Amino acid sequence: MWVFLAKRIGIGLITIWALSLFSFILIQLPKGDYVTSEMIALQMEGENVTDEELENLRIYFGLDKPVHMQYLSWIGNMMRGNLGYSYAQRTPVNDILGQRLLLTVLYAAATVVFIWVVAIPIGILSAVKQYSFADYSFTTLGFIGVAVPDFLLALLFLWLGFVFFGVSMGGLFSPEFVDAPWNLARIWDLTKHLFIPIIVLGTSGTASLIRIVRANLLDELHKPYVVAARARGLREWRLILKYPVRLALNPAVSLTAYIFPFLISGSVIVSVVLSLPTIGPTLLQSLLEQDLQLAGAIIFLAGVMTVVGTLISDILLGLLDPRIRQA
Amino acid sequence: MTVDTQENNESRDVTLASERQLVWARFRRHKLALISTVIVALFYLVAFGAEFVAVNDPVETDAKRSLMPPQSIHLFDGWKPAPYVCEMVGKRDPVSLRKSFEADCTKRIPVQIFARGFEYKFLGLLRSDRHLIGVGDSERSQESLVFPLGTDVQGRGLFSRIVYGTRTSLSIGLVGVTLTLLIGVSLGAVSGYFGGFIDTLIQRSVEIVRAIPTIPIWLVLAGILPRDWGVLQIYFAITIIISLFAWTDLARVVRGRFLSLREEDFVTAAMLSGARWQRIVFRHMLPSFYSHLIAATTLAIPSMIISETALSFLGLGLRSPAISWGVLLQATQNVHSVALTPWLMIPAIPVIVVILALNFMGDGLRDAADPYASTS
Repeated sequence: MWVFLAKRIGIGLITIWALSLFSFILIQLPKGDYVTSEMIALQMEGENVTDEELENLRIYFGLDKPVHMQYLSWIGNMMRGNLGYSYAQRTPVNDILGQRLLLTVLYAAATVVFIWVVAIPIGILSAVKQYSFADYSFTTLGFIGVAVPDFLLALLFLWLGFVFFGVSMGGLFSPEFVDAPWNLARIWDLTKHLFIPIIVLGTSGTASLIRIVRANLLDELHKPYVVAARARGLREWRLILKYPVRLALNPAVSLTAYIFPFLISGSVIVSVVLSLPTIGPTLLQSLLEQDLQLAGAIIFLAGVMTVVGTLISDILLGLLDPRIRQA
Repeated sequence: MTVDTQENNESRDVTLASERQLVWARFRRHKLALISTVIVALFYLVAFGAEFVAVNDPVETDAKRSLMPPQSIHLFDGWKPAPYVCEMVGKRDPVSLRKSFEADCTKRIPVQIFARGFEYKFLGLLRSDRHLIGVGDSERSQESLVFPLGTDVQGRGLFSRIVYGTRTSLSIGLVGVTLTLLIGVSLGAVSGYFGGFIDTLIQRSVEIVRAIPTIPIWLVLAGILPRDWGVLQIYFAITIIISLFAWTDLARVVRGRFLSLREEDFVTAAMLSGARWQRIVFRHMLPSFYSHLIAATTLAIPSMIISETALSFLGLGLRSPAISWGVLLQATQNVHSVALTPWLMIPAIPVIVVILALNFMGDGLRDAADPYASTS
């Protein structure tokens, strides 16, 4: 288990490092630095800035140091939770992202739960009642679920909601709760609004999980131990749930580790279409405004979230499947 | 000696079936995959002959016919097979100033196949003005136009734009998949053939790339492309960006195959005969799983198409004047306006159909390519 975990954490760390390098390069891309933009702002206000003052500012912000030192101090700041400063919006990145990060994680995690809760029972049902009407309809639905891109599905829901119910389904909160402090009513409001986004984001994952559970269970169902258990008079559903299903679920857990990056990255597009207050729309806006400070921070954070999420599902898998702990 | 074997072969002609024939025989039994292949082929045919299939010039704007709803084509005039469409008359609501169109069936515009329309150069060479369908020759002079799927805000025919978009979107799928194939096969082959340290290195990189949230990175890379780049430059840049993160699946498939093939006798024989590794890899090992490769490649195209569509939809991929499905779908970003002009959602249909068809086709190919698959 420890070797397995150490390997996973190692890969996670390298991923985060690669992403931090990428984000840092991204931040360095625009011409000029913070001081230049500050100078332009001051000049617009009619103030004169001397070169000496500018140089002092550069030293103050550490911009006179070589690039690798700047990188180190940047990553140090990141680790300490200081995400940098958005020159375009003239606000610290922390203030812009704050709650959005929490909601992004919440959204992805809720979608994982949704995928499990929906896909596993359907997968079991499809396998046990193979070639039944339910099996066929779920298989067809599954195929369509895999094929329809998330953002088109989101668009379709928005459109249908608008045409048939006259409501805009965007957002995660009702107007009265947008800036309200966290309390039970606000959480309930959030839950109601999360429903559609979760379906949109979770459909393709659900579809593939159904297929995996079904295929695995079909392999198990005809093995001798199942026949033996049945011959001893074990009740059918108890038998299925207690033995073959447990074996069929392992790949389901490992799929979760694999699916988590997709959920974080898919949530970006879905959030844009449904205008959810996650990091997605902020990322798009920052890119359209060429605000690369903000974009770099978001990329880095999305990477960290992905790695942590993947790690958690890896640990779960290790707890569930002894073979993985051995490897 | 050689003549001998040839004769031998001919005499047993009946019992011989090449790998290709076997795969085809298995593939043919998948009815869904077969139908999907036909659909995919049709789409690529449309992409190839976009100028001919298009009804109107896809870039010609006209404010007078902005947001015109689709005109249905009536096939019969009474009992006579004379296809026509009703002329659309634009009216402006005196209160809201909203423009609306109504079909006026007293004026009929005849429609025929192989009609003359806007002039184009097919493949940049052949000058022609023939189109698959268009306004009948008798009405050509009177500026009557047919818009089977309506028009967009700028009065450009949606049908023709979808047809041209098909060319862009499908070709991005192909170009992207070629790139992906190159990266995936070479890395997978090296990884599986040599093993050891290189294998570990490549496998770790695969895991890292897989752990990266791709869509944000795509957005960023597409977002920092210079704004003054031309359509063609953006097109290739987007293709490269998409392929950069899509090769991992192929690399895994190829590596797995190589690992198992490496133990085969014919590879050992080739090694013992002193063949260079390039020859063993490309001449002996790769051809033995071409069919798998084709299946994996087919299955990789849909995600390419989705990626391009999504990027362009968000405004970070291809931009007008380029025409792709994603660019067309940009018009649907505002759901309030789409509620009034639902036909702007039509470009979503070819996206879904092509992706479904390619998925079924790839699944069928994969099953057909695996000789050890169960026959049930």
